[in-house]
Amino acid sequence: MTDIAAPLPPAIHGDRVSLLRVLGPVHVWALGVGIVLVGEFTGWNFSSDKGGALAALIVCWVVGLLYTSVAMIDSEVTSTVAAAGGQYAQAKHIVGPLMAFNVALFLVFAYTMLQVSDAILVGDLMVTVAATEGLVRHGFVVLTIVVLAWLNYRGVLMTLNFNFVVTALAYLSILILFFSVQPWSQGAVLQLGQLVTPENALPYGWIGVIAAFHFGIWYYLGIEGTTQAAEEVRSPARSLPYGTMAGMITLLIAAALTWYVCASLLPWEYLGFTFFPLYDAARVTGSGTLEFILFWGTVLSAVASANGCINDAARAWFSLGRDRYLPSWFSAVHPKYRTPYRSILFLLPIALAFAFIADLNQAITFSILSGVLQYTFMSINIIMFRRKWPLGSIRRGYTHPFHPVPAIVLFCLCVVTFFAIFLGYGSQLIAMVAFYFLISLWFHFYRYKFVRRGEQFTMPWPKPQGY
Amino acid sequence: MWFTLSYLAWGISAALVLWMLFDWFKTDTTYSEDVLTSSREGELEAVAEEHRV
Repeated sequence: MTDIAAPLPPAIHGDRVSLLRVLGPVHVWALGVGIVLVGEFTGWNFSSDKGGALAALIVCWVVGLLYTSVAMIDSEVTSTVAAAGGQYAQAKHIVGPLMAFNVALFLVFAYTMLQVSDAILVGDLMVTVAATEGLVRHGFVVLTIVVLAWLNYRGVLMTLNFNFVVTALAYLSILILFFSVQPWSQGAVLQLGQLVTPENALPYGWIGVIAAFHFGIWYYLGIEGTTQAAEEVRSPARSLPYGTMAGMITLLIAAALTWYVCASLLPWEYLGFTFFPLYDAARVTGSGTLEFILFWGTVLSAVASANGCINDAARAWFSLGRDRYLPSWFSAVHPKYRTPYRSILFLLPIALAFAFIADLNQAITFSILSGVLQYTFMSINIIMFRRKWPLGSIRRGYTHPFHPVPAIVLFCLCVVTFFAIFLGYGSQLIAMVAFYFLISLWFHFYRYKFVRRGEQFTMPWPKPQGY
Repeated sequence: MWFTLSYLAWGISAALVLWMLFDWFKTDTTYSEDVLTSSREGELEAVAEEHRV
């Protein structure tokens, strides 16, 4: 950390090529909410299968607390370490290279598998609506992934403008459904009292609530993806905290509305296994218009999520290449579109392959696992950050309150979530941890010798306290 | 109709993949590797931030 790179002149097109700083807080919001909002349309409802409708509500709020901690911690660190790669760059500067390498892999896995889940969702929805014998989802899955990869290839501004429009429309569909079912008048359309009773609210008791954490993560999974835009926003110290916190507030509202409408229209047993809870809720109302709106809301949310995931996974991969943690070939920036085009192209066939071999539950679980590993890191990271560079020692765009309470809350909730995942997908959890262990050995004993050790630390900070 | 849409989806996907591969080839043969991989982390911070609190 003592080697601070000499100041570099700004990138000049034709001489040196860098990512383009064109984004504002709205794009940051569109990136974060866009990735996550699909979780309201599918995914969260599997927590009802684990613990009943009330468990799904409890985890909605408790996991909301986990993610509020994530957003607060992330906003502080990223407003200071504003670089593509997000949490990877944070880990590199604050913890060390091995942690950074692992965090980047968490990011790439989480976003790639989420993108795969989104594309599968679009394909399945098309096949469901078509109700045509012999029709398979593959064409629609491939179209979703390839079109969005192409969009990302062509430039970040267009990609995130598109994401803003699509995300806003999907969010609007939730609001339309909510107000159409007269939420102020229980019994008119909504039947919460009949569907969630004291007898069936927690069918498996409190262990069901713990188990529900596994899919409760899906309400907000991916909001931390806002940090990947750090190198492309015009004012990172302002835009990233604004966009991330506004995104978190948006999602807390969406999650609460979604649970209320779905739990009031669908029995908990059905809610626990359907892939389209909001769409099904709209169908139950008997309104063709609502069914149409929620069908497109579901499709658009999945498209927005896959779009943001391609953006984020490519930037994490690109950052690894730029620091030579992977071959520097991956760190190429397109001279015209100013995007990490080789990383986008490299990850495209990987996403397509997973889309063909993985099912939705498996893909979601791998995404969740990588996400929770990353959140666990963040709780430790912020403690180290505050110790090494206390308040007042470096300029922060945002300082989160009540430190270290959010970090402790985050760590404890991550432990509970790991236990919940172990209950349902223990073998996948063990396999994934084994994978990260082996890849860490490869990095430590083989790959790290290619890294230019001094050059990778780019933040012009003073020496950390105690060093 | 849905089968036609499915075939159309494959066709559009193939066309876009070919376009990206062509553009990748064109870019890599037009610019030197040094230019393409010249991006450096923290450029804005190094120039604009002095971290004097």
